[in-house]
Amino acid sequence: MHVDEKTVRRIARLARIKVTDEEARGLEKELSGILDWVEQLNEVDVDGVEPMTSTVAMTLRERDDRVTDGEKAADVTLNAPMSEDDFYVVPKVVE
Amino acid sequence: MTDLTKLTLAEARDGLKAKKFSATELTKAFVTAIDKGNGALNAYVLPTPDHALAQAKDSDARLAKGEARPLEGLPLGHKDLFCTKGIRTTACSKILDDFKPPYESTVGQNLWDAGAVMLGKLNNDEFAMGSSNETSAFGPVINPWRRTRDGKPDNAKLVPGGSSGGSSAAVAADLCLAATATDTGGSIRQPAALTGTVGIKPTYGRCSRWGIVAFASSLDQAGPIAKTTRDAAIMLRHMASFDQKDSTSVDTPVPDYEAALTQGVKGLRIGVPKEYRVDGMSKEAEESWQKGIAWLKAAGATIHDISLPHTKYALPAYYIVAPAECSSNLARYDGVRYGLRVAGKDLIDTYENTRAAGFGKEVKRRVLIGTYVLSAGYYDAYYLKAQKVRTLIKRDFDLAWDKVDCILTPTTPNPAFGFGEKSGDPLAMYLEDIFTVTVNMAGLPGISVPAGLSSEGTPMGLQLIGKPFDEATLFRAAQAIEDAAGRVTVKDHWWA
Repeated sequence: MHVDEKTVRRIARLARIKVTDEEARGLEKELSGILDWVEQLNEVDVDGVEPMTSTVAMTLRERDDRVTDGEKAADVTLNAPMSEDDFYVVPKVVE
Repeated sequence: MTDLTKLTLAEARDGLKAKKFSATELTKAFVTAIDKGNGALNAYVLPTPDHALAQAKDSDARLAKGEARPLEGLPLGHKDLFCTKGIRTTACSKILDDFKPPYESTVGQNLWDAGAVMLGKLNNDEFAMGSSNETSAFGPVINPWRRTRDGKPDNAKLVPGGSSGGSSAAVAADLCLAATATDTGGSIRQPAALTGTVGIKPTYGRCSRWGIVAFASSLDQAGPIAKTTRDAAIMLRHMASFDQKDSTSVDTPVPDYEAALTQGVKGLRIGVPKEYRVDGMSKEAEESWQKGIAWLKAAGATIHDISLPHTKYALPAYYIVAPAECSSNLARYDGVRYGLRVAGKDLIDTYENTRAAGFGKEVKRRVLIGTYVLSAGYYDAYYLKAQKVRTLIKRDFDLAWDKVDCILTPTTPNPAFGFGEKSGDPLAMYLEDIFTVTVNMAGLPGISVPAGLSSEGTPMGLQLIGKPFDEATLFRAAQAIEDAAGRVTVKDHWWA
């Protein structure tokens, strides 16, 4: 599978990673190489095979629907690069 | 007094109980060794001597009162992928910056509750993505082992394996008694093999993932790297637990693995899979594999040829599943809630600048691969297909368990390699995990144990793969190999 530079830029945009022109060219080659290599999976017949969802057969545990944690806004925002009165501060989103 | 740093975890435990030395003396010996040696090895990204000495003081008080806990006063290294309350945790990425978690990982808490002492945070590949520790934002770790060429010492620096390269190097260089590590595709076993140490990745669900920086959630497991099989058995017992805070944690009792070591391997059925004889495998790996077969046979085990036909598809399937999960997990690094922020002209620009500056090359590569295989129109062809292949890989093992109790393979195709030898070619680096990655894909336990030295004088490792939750059998078989092969230790402490 060949990934062209335009596709690299589209994926990078989806992943919210800014790439330079030079990076985009390098990634075009690297990503194509990796995707070519995984193509060998096409040799495997997976007709009627269920996709794996868990390696260990188990059902997801349930717990009582009640509040067990919280009231620690200071802890939550402790590591924020910018915060004010227990809110995260970001550039203006709405005009 | 003998050099306390050279003791095994079990010897140090027994020495403390017999009051041959104090926890403070033991901890000071490691603090001094780290002071002297870490500059050259770069195993620790954050030594925490004050924290360690405070814990040791508390341990001495308990030892004096006869209230010692199972790991009382034993100094350990802690991989920087584990969150430590109030102590910087970075996953060796710039994007976490000066992150100080307000909570402790469950595995870490279990160890401290058992009385262990934390010497500091250990280096690893960025977000555990790598097989040589070369992708760390703090720079690479140096393997304490060096090659000999034609019988003469060769001072070229070797990689300690990865991603738990700080853990493997610190244990091999006596900069801790044992270390925590994590394994998503081989990150405990491969570095253990390259440094002459013992590393076990337990069954998926055995150790809680809570408080471990996530890479690929369906594959990530914590486990120890230690000097001996016995030490690894002691460590795993106190790392593992059922945990409500991890929905994939399995509620099953954790056995006394150390007690299992005396059971031997008489009558144990060992499988040897023909598909692990791959192109590009060194003659040495083949030789140590044959030696391993002979050792287990001599100890009373029986050897059986088995087939795991989907083995060769495990690595390509892994490089769909792991990047897909990593691209989802790493979406949280947005420059808003914690870590680095690089301001942009608007919010999206801020996200893009932050992630461009904060993530290293390999991490970006994997996030982009993951984003691609999960993007509209490709999900079925890649991710769903890979998860179906994964079912077939697990089925191969399920069928093998009818005939054998555990499986013996080499851990890596080659002994330790030099810096830059593989870092320029992502696919060459990915092949390092060819023998280990199947185990993560099937959720099984796997252990790497030293099997002597290569012709270059560097360690070789053998891997044993076990049934789900049957780590005890792996420890028994690993002990038989260790008894036959003998421990390998670095003779020349050139870093000290």
